[in-house]
Amino acid sequence: MPEVIFPESAEHVHEFVAWAAAEDKPLTVAGRGSKGSIGPRPTAQHVLDLSKLSGITAYEPEELILQAKAGTTIADIESALAAKEQMLAFEPPDLGPLFGNAPQRGTIGGTLACNHSGPRRFKAGAARDHFLGARAFSGRGEEFKTGGRVVKNVTGYDLCKVLAGSYGTLAVMTDVTVKVLPAAEKTRTVLVIGLDDEGGQRAMTRALTGAFEVSGATHLPAALAAKSKVSYVSEAGNSITALRIEGPEKSVAARCAALRKDLLSFGETEELHSANSRCLWQEIRDVQFFVGETRPVWRISIAPQSGHSVGTVIGALDDAECFYDWGGGLIWAMTSPDDDCGASAIRNSITRLGGGHATLMRLPQDMPSAIPVFHPLDPAIAALNQRIKWAFDPKGILNPGLFPSGA
Amino acid sequence: MSGLHMPEPDSNVIARRAGIIAALQDILPAANVISSEDSLRVYESDGLTAYKQLPMIVALPETTEQVAQILKYCHKHGIKVVPRGAGTGLSGGALPLADAITVGLSKFNRILDIDLDNRTVTAQPGVTNLAITHAVEHAGFYYAPDPSSQIACTIGGNVAENSGGVHCLKYGVTTNNLLGLELVTMDGEILRIGGKHLDCAGYDLLGLLTGSEGLLGVITEVTVRILKKPDTARAVLLGFESNEAAGDCVGRIIASGIIPGGMEMMDKPAIHAAEDFAKAGYPLDVEALLIVELDGPAVEVDELIERVKGVAKDTGAIYDRTSENETERLKFWAGRKSAFPAIGRLSPDYYCMDGTIPRKALPKILSRMRELSEHYGLGVANVFHAGDGNLHPLIMYDANKPGELEKAEDFGADILKMCVEVGGVLTGEHGVGVEKRDLMPEMFTEDDLKQQQRVKCAFDPGSLLNPGKVFPTLHRCAELGRLHIHRGEVRFPELPRF
Repeated sequence: MPEVIFPESAEHVHEFVAWAAAEDKPLTVAGRGSKGSIGPRPTAQHVLDLSKLSGITAYEPEELILQAKAGTTIADIESALAAKEQMLAFEPPDLGPLFGNAPQRGTIGGTLACNHSGPRRFKAGAARDHFLGARAFSGRGEEFKTGGRVVKNVTGYDLCKVLAGSYGTLAVMTDVTVKVLPAAEKTRTVLVIGLDDEGGQRAMTRALTGAFEVSGATHLPAALAAKSKVSYVSEAGNSITALRIEGPEKSVAARCAALRKDLLSFGETEELHSANSRCLWQEIRDVQFFVGETRPVWRISIAPQSGHSVGTVIGALDDAECFYDWGGGLIWAMTSPDDDCGASAIRNSITRLGGGHATLMRLPQDMPSAIPVFHPLDPAIAALNQRIKWAFDPKGILNPGLFPSGA
Repeated sequence: MSGLHMPEPDSNVIARRAGIIAALQDILPAANVISSEDSLRVYESDGLTAYKQLPMIVALPETTEQVAQILKYCHKHGIKVVPRGAGTGLSGGALPLADAITVGLSKFNRILDIDLDNRTVTAQPGVTNLAITHAVEHAGFYYAPDPSSQIACTIGGNVAENSGGVHCLKYGVTTNNLLGLELVTMDGEILRIGGKHLDCAGYDLLGLLTGSEGLLGVITEVTVRILKKPDTARAVLLGFESNEAAGDCVGRIIASGIIPGGMEMMDKPAIHAAEDFAKAGYPLDVEALLIVELDGPAVEVDELIERVKGVAKDTGAIYDRTSENETERLKFWAGRKSAFPAIGRLSPDYYCMDGTIPRKALPKILSRMRELSEHYGLGVANVFHAGDGNLHPLIMYDANKPGELEKAEDFGADILKMCVEVGGVLTGEHGVGVEKRDLMPEMFTEDDLKQQQRVKCAFDPGSLLNPGKVFPTLHRCAELGRLHIHRGEVRFPELPRF
């Protein structure tokens, strides 16, 4: 069993990482474990558990910034923000249950380290777009800070961007600053019922290329729509294309009406009001349709117009299903654990369609080691990734195995 | 040039100039290799005209392959390279070096792909910011980041500087609107990063390259996302008796849940200068003026304008006027957008600063700025991207008066140090370049800067790309890579563990 260390301050983290660097001891860096199942099973003998580094250290609603220790839960942050009618606009997903872990355990550090964003991503940006500053300890055991505490800043290299999505392989973050934004006053969802995947794709494109300011665009095939807790969706007995509209009440009503009119030729439409909308978009955000199963889960980012083509490839695999978010630009797929879990079919289709990436998020029980969890990189890009890794962590002590280029 | 120290030119390289010109002429058409003093003069500075230096040679490649060949040649022979877009940058990022080739991307001026369904445009780096919007406005789309130089500045330069604009609080700066890049690294390798999909595989190289000020690679292609143009935009002018009241109003608008498309503030000297110049109809009996623009569906804009006016009334606004049509809205903006030339008419020279502060520190900063203005005997006018706290003080001086440029620089440095002191940063959107290079230690420790430079080393271990910019001290990459570890240290004894 690995030894688990619970630092209670940034100084503790510093001490421990410096020790690990000196002694060549690999470390597993963890928040509260909600996403710990991503990537190959950790082999490090020491786990640096940041759960005790918790608490919001500054929240200034008028300046649109919030600063917190890395182990603070997203749930705690969101409740503080809700009290001031603000939000994390990138809509951090709660993916714990997808991996069979408890809900509401995700931390701000873990969310940023994975660069996980929800359905609003295509409009409001990803986690990395709201990541303003950090204090961190590199694999060299050295403290550094990057970014700042203001929303607009181009001073020096934006190391927040490489920390976001680095899965803790570059540095251990102890304190982070994020941009916050006003929460939407009202949310409604226009549902188009009964479209096939290709029709759903066209309806989403239509909505996203109009002046409706859509903030969520998802297509759920009938089998997945049936799993929704929102009765309008599950009882439709059909596929659902969902388009979210947010803003002040009058504006939302006007845009919903205009959008429904614009989509008339696609078929029957329905409208969800606030509570149902919130429920549906949370199901989409957290990939709840795939919770409670053990089949492998893929997260695929692709040009929105290519979404349906990748979906067709997935549909042709045995025992596989998928749904579309980000207007077709994000596909969540559940595949059979047999053979290579669909890896080559999915990744070849991405290459053929001009690029993107597929991450094997939920691993099968018996992981065939030949499948790279992260999307294989072009050799020159992989080499550059390796040099960036060395720039922060020359001995490779931080989260070995999670290095996103798969090396 | 005033007190700025650039890396000592390599006389061995300068001695080989004729051979280097011949080698470049093997790669490029002869007309694309500029070497006569008169022609080089065009390139001697960028938008920060206080600093000038003739480049050794200017090369104007036309294809990615040519860029790769130039860089490969320079890499092999240890020749420095300074990339350059339109040269509109305000921090000296494209300032030439006496022993470097300036690689100008002006011939990369084609839009390569317009994909309305995927909502992207792919362009060569020399395409101007505004040309991207022009290419898609027929279909009701636009490219959101709008630096004030957008008519001239290039998209490649925007990526290098992570440019902003007046609409970036709501729509983001360049990094938030960038999807893909083609890049040539210093060793001549051509890399493609991102594309039409969101988020990169591997480390976020797009995010790292944006705002890297030409130190990591030469950009040869850019893919950006485009947005649907909002149905309506309306602006309201709000006048206040104090800067404090105006700043308070901005904070309360945001706290009330409104993120305006644009929210600009001007102080009294700026209001008067702009009004004299542009006849925008600004009130002259106010201490501070806000321009708040709301965009979106008409029904939303009308509602939010009323709410903004309500907040303004509560915070003591003594003047408000709402644009009733597009002509009037543009007139409101004409004053703000001509603030720089307007100041230019009042003063032989001006020096534009670019710090960002937490907005609550505004009254303190402005009052200290007035004290400094008296101390240095130089006037200052302030325009301010109020929504995001990005200050643009314009320091007025006369370069022909001995010592005034130095005074203006000292004044500017004092302002930026103040920005950092109150919790802000040295630059919000203009970049570090050479201008703020030596102020970096005000904000970053030696270790912070070394970590940034190690990333630079991952791209350009020989420090041949744009050296002398951004970092106050040049460290050799081998030295930065060394690990200084004291073995045998005891692990923290109080750490709880299980």
